[in-house]
Amino acid sequence: MRFEWIVAWRFLREGGLQTALIIVGAALGIAFIVFITGFLGDLQRDIVQRTLGVQPHVTIKPLEEVARPLRPGSAGGPAATSPGGSLQADAQAAAPVVLSDVQPRGQRLRSIDQWQATVARLRENADVRAISPLVSGPGLVTRGASNKSLSIIGIVAQPYAAVTRLDRKLVAGTLQVDPGDVLLGRDLAEDLGVGVGDTVRLSTPTSAGDTYRVRGIFDLGAKNLNQLYAFVGLATAQALHALPGGVTSIEITVDDLWNAQRVADELSRTIPHLVESWIRTNQQLMVALSNQTLMTRMIRFTFGLVVAIGVASVLMVAVVQKTREIGILRAMGTSRGRVLRVFLVQGAIIGLIGALLGCAIGYALAQFMSGILTSADGSRLFSAHLDFPLYAYTTLGAVVLGVISAALPARRAARLDPAQAIRM
Amino acid sequence: MKTGQASPGQPAGGVPIVALSGVGKRFNEGLPNEARVLRGIDLTVGAGEFASLIGPSGSGKSTLLNLLGLLDRPSEGEYRLKGVPTGTASDDERTRARLDTLGFVFQFHHLLPEFSALENVMLPGLMRDGAFTPAIRANARELLSAVGLSDAADKRPGELSGGMQQRVAIARALALAPDLVLADEPTGNLDTHSADEAFALLRRFNRERGCAFIVVTHDPRLAARCDRVIELRDGMIERDGPVAPTPGTAGADAWTKPAK
Repeated sequence: MRFEWIVAWRFLREGGLQTALIIVGAALGIAFIVFITGFLGDLQRDIVQRTLGVQPHVTIKPLEEVARPLRPGSAGGPAATSPGGSLQADAQAAAPVVLSDVQPRGQRLRSIDQWQATVARLRENADVRAISPLVSGPGLVTRGASNKSLSIIGIVAQPYAAVTRLDRKLVAGTLQVDPGDVLLGRDLAEDLGVGVGDTVRLSTPTSAGDTYRVRGIFDLGAKNLNQLYAFVGLATAQALHALPGGVTSIEITVDDLWNAQRVADELSRTIPHLVESWIRTNQQLMVALSNQTLMTRMIRFTFGLVVAIGVASVLMVAVVQKTREIGILRAMGTSRGRVLRVFLVQGAIIGLIGALLGCAIGYALAQFMSGILTSADGSRLFSAHLDFPLYAYTTLGAVVLGVISAALPARRAARLDPAQAIRM
Repeated sequence: MKTGQASPGQPAGGVPIVALSGVGKRFNEGLPNEARVLRGIDLTVGAGEFASLIGPSGSGKSTLLNLLGLLDRPSEGEYRLKGVPTGTASDDERTRARLDTLGFVFQFHHLLPEFSALENVMLPGLMRDGAFTPAIRANARELLSAVGLSDAADKRPGELSGGMQQRVAIARALALAPDLVLADEPTGNLDTHSADEAFALLRRFNRERGCAFIVVTHDPRLAARCDRVIELRDGMIERDGPVAPTPGTAGADAWTKPAK
């Protein structure tokens, strides 16, 4: 292959401006592909995190309670009588007609059965990165004459921070939920007129309540979420919600956000509770995101195609320009295969240099754009970071694309009749 | 029609380099505009011969040269190169035979502009060995100095005069010590002085390295300095014989004195 590399390299170098232009063209196309791939990944992660607020990737809850009506005629179990046919059959048998109205059962606050065993089982799963048991129920926060209803959530600070990154969302105070401590959302704290160090009263339907000191104020990025939650210690919430020793849900962070549904499906096979992923509970968001992904894929594909056509057409012109040289090389003893490979290698070199340049430009573009694009709170919408696996895949893809683009020109070069080519 | 002389190309006891028997070439076969360019060519060229191929335009010189150079296939007849039939050889086999056995010198020099003069002379070696080895480099330097262009080794073809380019092309044709060099009007594009120089080189390599030459030319002056003349007319060999009056050394001496 040495001969092919030497000749291909010389041909490209001699191409001068023509070679420079196609490499720059390929580099710009690849830069945009690199940029948009990295950008989309970051942007979607950011959108999901902001939209989910403190929603975890996967939640484990007790199965919903269902009403199981007892009906005459069925042998002591839930009746599976279908209306219509069997009613008629019942009437023919002169049995008494029963009209029943089964009301769905109201869902009371319940603990997950044997939740410690479930946590132990979750720890065995390789995809699970953080596990946080919590107790959540309705309550009231009172300061002076103002009352606000909210969810009072009992957490263990460290694992909960690992699952929801609540520690990063604190705007004041510390993430500390010792007995007697409470964390409030920013908008709720404003409504109540409290700051870190002030006290508020928390009460629930099952507890007359007590006073708690505000240890921290958080901002989840949305006003309704900031008014919705108050965080206390796990034991505190267990007492407030009258669930001593219990937890109402277990929240999980998985390694890959987009894998949440697969992990949830896997877990639900071994865990006798309700397992829900954020993907299932945020269908609309997911649909929007996958449409975005599809559009980006189309744009990337189009860019790749344009680069490929550009490389192919430049090499096609090069074959015509170098017809005589190809004829001489063939006459001197260069086989068809070698001529073919000389042009395939040129495609590969254009792809390689284009990709290396393109990755650098793509990173620079990301740096530049991340300084311009900011989200509502002024923070960066996405961060430009060196994504070496992305660059590696892009480079590999560009080389393959270059070789494929060169296939047609290379075939044409290899098929030239040397006797005729020399006379050109 | 042939002169009927015994072919001077028959070497004493060796296999001739080129042996054509009953070779013909038709273009556009089976079409209304079918053209018979060559017919009934019997030709033998032995090792170390120096022959010219002459004839008016359209007589089939270039077609014959392409057949001899394995760049084209005859429509009929047989071509044996160093005793090996070439009719059924694959393209790769013919390519290999060109590399190992033949050298080409073209009218328009046809150096590769991407490579320096030295690298052009090294190209055949690169094709054979797959790399620029020191041996290839040394051989190319020696050839360049033989054609008097040691100083121009690193220049690109574009920086050389036509005569210099043709001398580089001659050195390139000789790079792998071929058995036969096919030259298609090697001096046709040069002024008289350069033409004489280039032709002198061909004769010298023929004498010093024993490699056979077939030189297509329009120039009767040059044809007269060859050992043997093959004249084509209407696709047939009209004359094939030694250059009058005395073949061999007399013809070889003639070139050493500059014309005029």
